[in-house]
Formats: sequence, structure tokens, C-alpha cells
Amino acid sequence: MKLTNLKTLGKIAITGLIASILPMSVNAKDTVKVGVVSFLTGPAAGPFGTPAKQGAEIVIDAINSGTMPAPYNTKGFAGATMNPIFSDESGGGTKQVGLFRDFVQKQNVDAMIGYISSGNCMAIGPVADEVKMLTIFSTCGTERLYEEKLRSHVFRTQGNAVGDSLAAAKYIADEYFKGKVSTADKMYTGINQNYAWGQDSYKFFKLGMAQYVPSAVGSSKPQFPKLFSGQYGSEISALSLDKAKIVHTSFWNGDFEAFMLQALVRGFFQKKILVSSVGGSGVDSLDKKFPDGVIMGTRGNVGLIVRNDTTPLNKWFIDSYKKRYGAYPLGPSYQYARAVMLYKIGMDKAAKAAGKFPTQDQVITAMKGVTFESFADTIEMKRGDGHQAVHSIAYGVTKYNKAKGEPGIEKVIKYSASCIYPPAGAISQKWVESGMPGRKCN
Amino acid sequence: MQFLITVLLDGLIYASYLFIVSLGLTITFGVMKILNVAHGGFFAWGAYLASISIIYLGDNEYNSFLYYFAIFLSAIIVGLFFGYIIERFILRKMYNEDIHLIVLATFGLFWILEDLILHVFGVDPLMPYYPAMELGGIELGGIFQGVYSLTLAGLAIIVAFICWYFLKKTKYGKVLQSVIFDREVSVSMGINVTKVYLITFIIGGMLGALGGAYIAPTISVSPGFAIDVVVMSFAVVVIGGMGSVPGALIGSLIVGLVRAFAVHQAPILELFIIYAIMAIVLIIKPEGLFAPPKPRKI
Repeated sequence: MKLTNLKTLGKIAITGLIASILPMSVNAKDTVKVGVVSFLTGPAAGPFGTPAKQGAEIVIDAINSGTMPAPYNTKGFAGATMNPIFSDESGGGTKQVGLFRDFVQKQNVDAMIGYISSGNCMAIGPVADEVKMLTIFSTCGTERLYEEKLRSHVFRTQGNAVGDSLAAAKYIADEYFKGKVSTADKMYTGINQNYAWGQDSYKFFKLGMAQYVPSAVGSSKPQFPKLFSGQYGSEISALSLDKAKIVHTSFWNGDFEAFMLQALVRGFFQKKILVSSVGGSGVDSLDKKFPDGVIMGTRGNVGLIVRNDTTPLNKWFIDSYKKRYGAYPLGPSYQYARAVMLYKIGMDKAAKAAGKFPTQDQVITAMKGVTFESFADTIEMKRGDGHQAVHSIAYGVTKYNKAKGEPGIEKVIKYSASCIYPPAGAISQKWVESGMPGRKCN
Repeated sequence: MQFLITVLLDGLIYASYLFIVSLGLTITFGVMKILNVAHGGFFAWGAYLASISIIYLGDNEYNSFLYYFAIFLSAIIVGLFFGYIIERFILRKMYNEDIHLIVLATFGLFWILEDLILHVFGVDPLMPYYPAMELGGIELGGIFQGVYSLTLAGLAIIVAFICWYFLKKTKYGKVLQSVIFDREVSVSMGINVTKVYLITFIIGGMLGALGGAYIAPTISVSPGFAIDVVVMSFAVVVIGGMGSVPGALIGSLIVGLVRAFAVHQAPILELFIIYAIMAIVLIIKPEGLFAPPKPRKI
């Protein structure tokens, strides 16, 4: 072989070597590119999507700069800076699947974080496994995500809707029924949006009531208005005429605010007790007009429930958020932030174990089954073969804080995960119907 | 009895809301033969402009008159501004095009108006609840009704009366009826149809915007909230008859009352029953219950 040919071969080999090393070194040590998806347009943007994005931004910036409190005070994600690409979740499952594939195949992201809608999570989950893309769902609630099939590349840092509904029923049993309550007052009904989230939430609330308050009777006419319908005049009348005193709702976004407003001027809360599983994000919109006495949850120990919690991480988050955005962080802000935190835990842990910048499989292994400190609670990735979170859920009763001049909450009870979620491997509905065997309530 | 009174009131309030919104839609169709999908954009802009104005005025009982002034002014401004621009610079250039192309154009305009809202007002929901909160509730038939929502029925009656008076008792109303009946004959009689189209489109837009502006104090005004309203308005005008003012009134009443009854008795059928009625009307009388007569052309 001629010397010139050898030289040429040598050049090609060296170029190839550099080419193969260069992207890895750039990706591996400098930046990780992550798609962050939430509702940035549409009715869910204001109360959910935007606070969610802002929560993620706060934590990403703090981790990138190494200024987040312990145990997240090391700089970067396995040392790399996260470059988030924010994207709109509006448009439905088909559009989101297309955008997800685009993120993976064209933008070459390292991971995907976010998703509020259960419909979108159900659409994206199988695709994430198919294209082998590490995806951390932050907010969506359907229990079907892991009960229908285990997911290899999908994690969810938010407990499913079963816990929200069961905790609501337990709170009613513990707080409302602790005194002498007449039979008529034990009747309950509901107003929930007519899609998976609303239907499932009420179904599990009913199942929970049957277990915790067997003498309670559900109305034959619970309301299921269309998502985003905005006008609830007839529904409020129907609920007012219903003998049931307790009214369950899993309304969220503008629907919750509109319902509250329309019900408020009609004296609804003087006669009924509203139990809201996710209305915490709508309390600030009505501020001092928001009625006292609403049984309120926020899907965990987040948002309104933990405003006065002085855990250092929580205090830092609230202070940073208020300083940057001039408002309290809402439930979705926390949910997105902790999805980012799980990614950091996985990256750092995997890097430490591997002794080098980790591969995606190593990160997934590191994240499986992990327990980590969130802002005011502990998240355990103990369901769905270590991919699905469970955590405690708190409920309280709204009470305007006159001293601070802002909405507040009192009589808060926190229910441990073992009290409100089925054990690993169990199917939620069967577990509740069979009397919730093995549950441990505090 | 309590049940009947409640269903009647609920139905009337909802029908009033639908009537105000669908009236603009049906007038535009009656005169211009355009199914204006952008009507939802007028509705949304009316709601946003009124919301911003009311929030700017603040929660103050001395502002009561100003709240209502802001609501009506918002509707007028939105109707005039967008109505003029859309008719003058877009639709007027398309009148000779296929009717389906014009519908697609208004569909595009709807999304443009929606998108503009995001850029101008942002994504945060607005809650201009002061007027509704100020009026409170009143007990009727054993349960409380919001007084502000009841005023909606009053507004619908006033709008219906003005519309009737305008069409039946004024010269311009007769001109309008002539154009509704036959555009070509109207042109041959010396009517400035171009001007009639412009004014009609602006008035239609104002009515759509008024619906949004007036309802704003009872809802959370957020991007995308107008889509359902415009779809429901289509159901109303299809049932009542495209282009018919009495049809819009009757269609609204049918939809409002049937929906209220369904919510009370069979909530799960609330939407199904409305669209089932629409489907039945389309099968039995495709032109709608009160469609204006069509001229026979030889």
C-alpha cells in the first residue's frame, strides 16, 4: 500500500474518531437538552401550564447554577447544564405524539419532562417506550398509565388520581363526620368534567365513601358537564335542589374558577359543603371572595396546603418563585419542579455509579424505585415497578387569612401514601372494592 | 313546582345568552349568506376587552354604571374595529369566490383573532367578577339565582325588541330585508348592497362581542373559551333556521330549556339531547324551523 493511501486512511480514521468522540463530549459534559411540555395556550395555560413552566424554570436555573438548597446543591445534571426547550401541550394526543417524535428524532433531546393531561400521558407513554426516550410525567393523574401496562422508559413523579379521591373521602370521614351528622347530611353528589379525569375522580371518591362512610348515600344525578363549558347555571340549580349536602369536584383550570364564581353569588356555599380535589390553583383568583369552609386538596403536599411550611427547600422555592414571578407557586409549579429534581437525582446517581457521564439506561436504573425529598414531603417511586410515585396527600378547609391578607387553609390532615394508594401490583378499583387490604393510615 | 320554576329560569338564562350570541351569527348569514366562524373571535375579544376594562376600574361599588358602560363600549369597539377590517379588506374581496372558501377564510380569521388574544392579553385567566358579585343573588322558586345572570334575560329581551323594531319599523330594516330576500333584485333597485354588507357585518360582530362582554363577569375568561360557544350557536341557528331572527330566538329557547331539563333529570344526556334535536331538525326540515322564504327564480 502506498504511503499516501496510508496517510489518507489515517486521516479518515482520526477524523472518524474525533467525530465519534466530539458529540459525546459536548453532550456528555456540557449540556443536556430536555423537552418540557405544558399547556402554554388554551384555558389550562393560566392556572396550570404557565405556573408549571415557571416552577420548572426556577429549579432548572437553580440546579444549573448550583444555587438550589441541599440535597440538590451540586451544579448541573451529572455536571451538565440543562437546556430546556419549552413546548405547548395544547392540541390533543395526536398532535402531542407528533411533537414528541419530533423532539426525539429531530431535536435529539436527552429526556422529556412534563404533561398535564391524562389523555396526553396515555398517548405519549407507549410512544416513549417504543422510541426508548426517558420521559418523566409530572402532573397527569390517570391510574391506567401503569395499571394497564408497565413502562420501561416512563416515570411519573405525581401520585395518581386514586389517592386524591380516597384522601378526600377519608378527610370527610375524619373531619366532617366526626361529630353527629344527620342521615340527610350524609348524602353526597358531585360535579366533575365529563372526561377520564372527572369520571375517574368521582368514581374513586364514591368507592372511597363506600369504604370510609358506609352509611353515606350517593346522589343518583351527579353532574358531568363538558370540559371547558364555562356556564354552570343549570348544574348549580340541580345541585342546589339535590338533597345531598356534600358536593365533590375535581374541576380544574378556568372551569373551577367559573363554577366557584357562579356558585358564590347564588349562596351555594351556605347550604353545601364543597370538596375540591385540585382546586388549590384557583383560590388566589378569587382571593378574599373565595368562600371559607371548602374542603380543599392540591394533589399532594404542594401549593396552598404548604404555603406556611418552613421546610428549607419549600421556603426557598416559595421565596424564589415570589421574587421572580410575584405570586405563590401553585400545585403544578411544584409538580414540574420535582419532575426536574428526579431527573437530577437520576443523572447524578448514575454518574456516580458509572464513574463517568451516564447513559440513558444507567439513568433509568438509577431512578427506578428511588425515594427523594421534595419540597414539603417525600416522593417514593414505589409503584409501577419503581416508575410511579406515591406520596402523602393533605386536605384542609379554606379560611381566609385576614392577618396576612391572603387565602389560607386550616385543619390540615396529611394522609400517608400507604393509606390512600394500593400496594405495588394491585389494581386500584379492585383494591378499594375489596376493602383496601393492607392499608396503613396514620 | 319548584323544579319547574328552576328549570324554566335556568333555561331562560342560558337561552338569553345563546340568543345574543347567535343573533349576530344569523343576521350575518341572512344578509351576506356567510357562515361566519370568526364570530367566536368577536365573542372572545368582547369578553377580553370588557374584562380588562372592568378590572382596570377595580372592585368599587361606585363604579356600577361604569362597569356596564365598559361592557357595551367594548362590544361596540370590537364590532367596529374587527368588523370593519375583516369585511372591508378580506371578505369583500371574496364575495365572488366559492361559499366554502369564504367559510374557510372565516375559520382562519377565528384562529387569528384567538391567537391575537394570546399576544395582547397573555394566557392568564381574567376574572372581572365585580358586577356579578355586586348584584348578588335573589331567591326565586326556593333557590338562589344570580341577579346578574337574570339581567341577561332582560338584555336579550331588549336586543330582541330593538332587532324587531329595526327590521319592521325602520327604512333601513326594510332595506335589510330586501337584501336578505334577494341580493340581485336589491342591487337593481338601487340599494347599496356593499354598504349594507359592511354595516351588517359590523352589527353582527357587535352582537357577538356583546355576548362575550356581558358574560365575562360570570366566568373565567381564558384563551380558547369561545370555541364551545360558537359551536353551540351553530346548533341554535341550525335548529331555528339560518338567517332567521325569530329562528334564533326559538332555537335559543329550545336549546336552553332542553339543556336545563336534561341537566336536572339526566345530566349525562345534556349535550347529546341538544345535538339530537339538531340532527332531527336537519332530517325533517333541513333549512331549520324558521328559515326565511327563498325567492323563486325563473
